[in-house]
Amino acid sequence: MTLEFRAAIREAIVEEMERDESVVLFGEDVAAEQGGVFAVTPGIQERFGSARVFDTPISELALSGAAFGAAVAGLRPIIEIMFGDFMGLAMDSLVNQSAKYWYLSNEQRSVPLVVRSAVGGGGRFGAIHSQTHATWFQGIPGLKIAFPSSPAEAKGLLKGAIRDDNPVIFLEHKRLYSVKGEAPAAGDEVLPLGKALVARSGADVTIVSAGKGVADALEAADELAADGVRAEVVDLRTLRPLDLDTVLESVARTNRVLAVEEGPRTGGWASGLLGLVAEHGLHDLDDAWLLATDELPIPYSPTLEDAFIPGPGAIAAAVRERAGIAVS
Amino acid sequence: MTSGPAGTALDTEAPAAYLERYGLMLLIRLFETEMQQLFLKGEVHGTTHLCAGQEAVPVGVCSALEPGDYLAGTYRGHGHALAKGTDPDALIAEMLGRATGVCAGRAGSMNVIDVEHGLVGCFGIVGGSIAAATGAALAAKRQGRVAVAMFGDGATNQGYFHECLNFAKVLSLPVVFVCENNFYGEFTPMLAVTAGGDITARAAGYGLPARTVDGNDLWAVREAALEAVGKAHSGAGPTLLECQTYRHHGHSKSDPARYRPPEEVERWLARDPLTIARARLVELGVAESDIDEVREATRARMDRAVQAALAAPYPDPDGGRATEFAP
Repeated sequence: MTLEFRAAIREAIVEEMERDESVVLFGEDVAAEQGGVFAVTPGIQERFGSARVFDTPISELALSGAAFGAAVAGLRPIIEIMFGDFMGLAMDSLVNQSAKYWYLSNEQRSVPLVVRSAVGGGGRFGAIHSQTHATWFQGIPGLKIAFPSSPAEAKGLLKGAIRDDNPVIFLEHKRLYSVKGEAPAAGDEVLPLGKALVARSGADVTIVSAGKGVADALEAADELAADGVRAEVVDLRTLRPLDLDTVLESVARTNRVLAVEEGPRTGGWASGLLGLVAEHGLHDLDDAWLLATDELPIPYSPTLEDAFIPGPGAIAAAVRERAGIAVS
Repeated sequence: MTSGPAGTALDTEAPAAYLERYGLMLLIRLFETEMQQLFLKGEVHGTTHLCAGQEAVPVGVCSALEPGDYLAGTYRGHGHALAKGTDPDALIAEMLGRATGVCAGRAGSMNVIDVEHGLVGCFGIVGGSIAAATGAALAAKRQGRVAVAMFGDGATNQGYFHECLNFAKVLSLPVVFVCENNFYGEFTPMLAVTAGGDITARAAGYGLPARTVDGNDLWAVREAALEAVGKAHSGAGPTLLECQTYRHHGHSKSDPARYRPPEEVERWLARDPLTIARARLVELGVAESDIDEVREATRARMDRAVQAALAAPYPDPDGGRATEFAP
């Protein structure tokens, strides 16, 4: 059975709201008939009522702050900050309130909330509707960051995020919303946060990514197989906690690692990951490198944007070049 | 607790209840006095923001709340915590960074959290308490409770204030926004940085009922809070209370408050909320000896708390108990 990415998100929300009365959903246009600009949440308000599903003002600061307060007082809010780029406005509450509460309170109470946002380029939305905010939050202890790569994974990770007792930043790549994939074998599968997946096995090189980067890496791996290069693909699934063990185990097998990030190479999660691989797995390493974006804002024009974002072709080319394989 | 129309509760309540509230105000004052001394002795670290002079606001507001109701306070929050029911022993130990602190020494002066007593937290970012209470009100609405945000005049220029007043009104949330207007945001006079110069008036644009209250008068604060809490319970949504008051100390430990005109300070010191409350209690027929008894008991209570905290161990950095995430 196939499942569309946006339907997977919707199914996860509906199933968790059925299961747990304390789960609520609010944000800009989440209750609107169309279900938001990406049509992810239609019909959920009709099903669960306006006390549990409601639209809010365009007030990202109030939204994220209210989610924090509600979580502390016993609800399990899922909020939608429409585009990840808007997270700058929601940041204070997430970073200074939600993330620190469990520790500062001496574990009196945790903050179970999920912040869903559409992220990523390729949609011609320009510099301020195309960013991936994962790295803005990756250095904050107390936050979890999930970034699914397929419909089945989106459903399982979102269910895991909603059941998780900690604040979770949930990234939905906007170029994945219309992707269809295999539905999870068990429809109600819950994926734990903090466990990476070896999405494809191979002995020659490890390609590590998250979100749409994994889908691109899998496509690149098919291409590379034709050249006789066996690429292993590691899907991080969450950027915090970061499952370094799975990456190190893969690197121990392949001795080469390429980290692919749709974001600038300086200060990104990929460069941080390579640093950790070097720290813990230097003895296994023959090569380690990054494929990331230029140190520029994401451009608008199709020719500029397509050249800017690393896709399957760029990933395959990066491996061939490093391995000294001429393009066939 | 009487939750009838404003005024009713006051007339029918025994003066003994006010004597108890006076004792709580005094506890806060003594707590802040101790804080200052312990800071000078190097026992309180970093910085601390004292609320001496503002005690009638949290005590009056919390007297209108049930134990299960929520309160979000500020970095000037010792009074908020004590008024909501935090144990003074645990609070002073927290200030001293001891393992017996209410947050085991992890939080410190600006970030106290006491969930058991409904203290959602004290927030070190100006305006943070406003959103915390607004969110708690989303849950409180289901639970038949109310939530209260305490914040200063400075917070009324933050996005938090404007976004949350609108948000809470649109969703008709059971929340009371309590501004402790002490007329200075850090070192700057409120009027110099507050367009329109009238905090209460700001509520009108959002359709919120609002009142300006004498924040140094326990009775006035309680009456206004009872009315606002009653509205919240009845489904009428949020209210803004601007409680005008004055801090006796500077903004923080590094501020001698030389920017305040001496005659202004004199005027406010003459309106000390403890002096006002004591006079009123006597007027209501409470014996001076009973008031003195409360004073002595409170003094002894605070002395015990300080001694216990000073004797308490520091948290062990190798304790190994801390976890980044809830399981």
